[in-house]
Amino acid sequence: MTTVFLHGRDAANQDAKSGRKMRARLGAAAIALIALALPAAAQLLLNVSYDPTRELYRDINDAFAKDWVAKGNPAPKIETSHGGSGAQARAVIDGLKAQVVTLALASDIDKIAKAGQLPEDWQGKLPHNSSPYTSTIVFLVREGNPKGIKDWGDLIADGVEVITPNPKTSGGARWNYLAAWAWAEKNGKDPKEFVKALYTHVPVLDTGARGSTTTFAQRGIGDVLLAWENEAYLAQKELGEDQFDIVVPSVSVLAEPPVALVEGNIENDDQRKLADAYLQFLYSPEGQAIAYKNYYRAWDASKASPEDVARFPKLDLVDIASFGGWAKVQPEHFGDGGIFDQIYTAK
Amino acid sequence: MMRPVVNKSPMPGFGLGMGITLTLLSLVVLLPIAALLVKGAGLGLAGLWAVASGERVVASLALSFRLSLIAALFNLVFGVLLAWVLSRYRFPGRRLLDAAVDLPFALPTAVAGIALTALYAPNGVFGSLAKTFGARIAYTEWGILIALIFVGLPFVTRTVQPVVEEIEREVEEASATLGASRLYTLRRVIMPMLAPAALTGFALALARSVGEYGSVIFIAGNIPMKTEIAPLLIVIRLEEFDYNGAAAIGIAMLTISFTLLLAINAVQVWTRRRIGYV
Repeated sequence: MTTVFLHGRDAANQDAKSGRKMRARLGAAAIALIALALPAAAQLLLNVSYDPTRELYRDINDAFAKDWVAKGNPAPKIETSHGGSGAQARAVIDGLKAQVVTLALASDIDKIAKAGQLPEDWQGKLPHNSSPYTSTIVFLVREGNPKGIKDWGDLIADGVEVITPNPKTSGGARWNYLAAWAWAEKNGKDPKEFVKALYTHVPVLDTGARGSTTTFAQRGIGDVLLAWENEAYLAQKELGEDQFDIVVPSVSVLAEPPVALVEGNIENDDQRKLADAYLQFLYSPEGQAIAYKNYYRAWDASKASPEDVARFPKLDLVDIASFGGWAKVQPEHFGDGGIFDQIYTAK
Repeated sequence: MMRPVVNKSPMPGFGLGMGITLTLLSLVVLLPIAALLVKGAGLGLAGLWAVASGERVVASLALSFRLSLIAALFNLVFGVLLAWVLSRYRFPGRRLLDAAVDLPFALPTAVAGIALTALYAPNGVFGSLAKTFGARIAYTEWGILIALIFVGLPFVTRTVQPVVEEIEREVEEASATLGASRLYTLRRVIMPMLAPAALTGFALALARSVGEYGSVIFIAGNIPMKTEIAPLLIVIRLEEFDYNGAAAIGIAMLTISFTLLLAINAVQVWTRRRIGYV
């Protein structure tokens, strides 16, 4: 009995000693952590964006940080996160602390507004419907265009395989679908029948735009890839100009990827100033020049190099307003049981 | 005196052990499933049924469970064979092969999916071979099946291996001296001993395949009504911000899986009764 008791007290003593040591160590670690975290927390900005803007925002972030410091501010720490536009919107709704969102579709930012994180009239706060740059949908075909694809009508010819992502999971794919719809309408065809015929030529529906580019370029599937203009140029640049040609159809859509400040995630005035300046920078001549350089159709070409602007051919561009706006298009075409679902389930 | 609910054992720590187990199980398993049920309940029973009986949902559930069953059956046969070879025979490179069996556990599923797609796409090594015969593997059901076999492979092997190692040669020899043919020994002596473990492995592989998303998504093609798996349909519902609909499909999968696992358990109990405990 006694030995057990003694042993117990010994152990208790030792426990107390090691406990004190442990606490001291933990305390030191905590102080070190706080010291590390403080200066970084001062000027942090998270931009939650969609998939194909990686290269664009890498350039924008560098240029903006330089500009911001040159104006006498401390160096900011800007982070950008990329993913499917819808998934990114959901992450922000579910609590990702993004101060700025730059997504593919206004309807995705509308969802964030509906969750109460920014005002419903966000789109009127910045010029051009809050879209500092635009893009359109073009065709990427194999070198020499062996199937002779010139316009949307050629896509439903026998033996032509079309690669496009799933409009249910990919923002870009909705623009592809709408571009096809717009062409059919302008050429006196039944748009629903045309789009239906188009999707019977699609052998693989990837979940995102980058996935489709990989399927087409690396896996060698399909004769034509429906792609963002900037993705098409990028694929050509990265994978070799001697492998792919860009074909510009007669009609396409004017895709306006919008940007917004997420009011609910702004912590203090300093951060608001930084976030505001970041969005304004996108509209500045420097920011616009960077957008042109990254193959986006921007608005202000005053500082852009002429060849960046000249490479965009003119074509008939239809904007989302002529479809009735996203609030109408989203449920009608891509909602549950919408026209896209009917393409696959209707007999 | 009242009998305690649980018999006292000579080992200490029942209360603590049970407490930690229940807390962790609740946090990690029960709470998320409860959250799923609550989300689904937002639709009501009629709403749940309307989602689960939709044409595309039924098609994708049928595809997911059909291919998972085939993949698990394949793994049952191949996995037992692999376990047998690995523990019964000594050959150079055995340990390396043994370690390789665990790779599907270790590899991120997306990496596996991309690697398999690269191999089986029409311009890949095996894909181009299949193309000469006019067949396509990636972006068809075959592609999905290969991905599911890949992710489910280790389960049967790893559950059966220890059992094979414990079977004593004397048992086989006794069977032979009593005049049994080699096939009879395999069928009536060896197989019954392996069956319970193999069934456990089969159930695990099946459960894993049904929920697999990461690797399948790259190789499936994802064409609605043809190669669209049920987990993808859940992701699609989430993209539409339709949390309840996503939960409804999740509940449908959970119900089917649970029924299947119960059935497998019943078969296991039955085999144990028939052949006695091994």
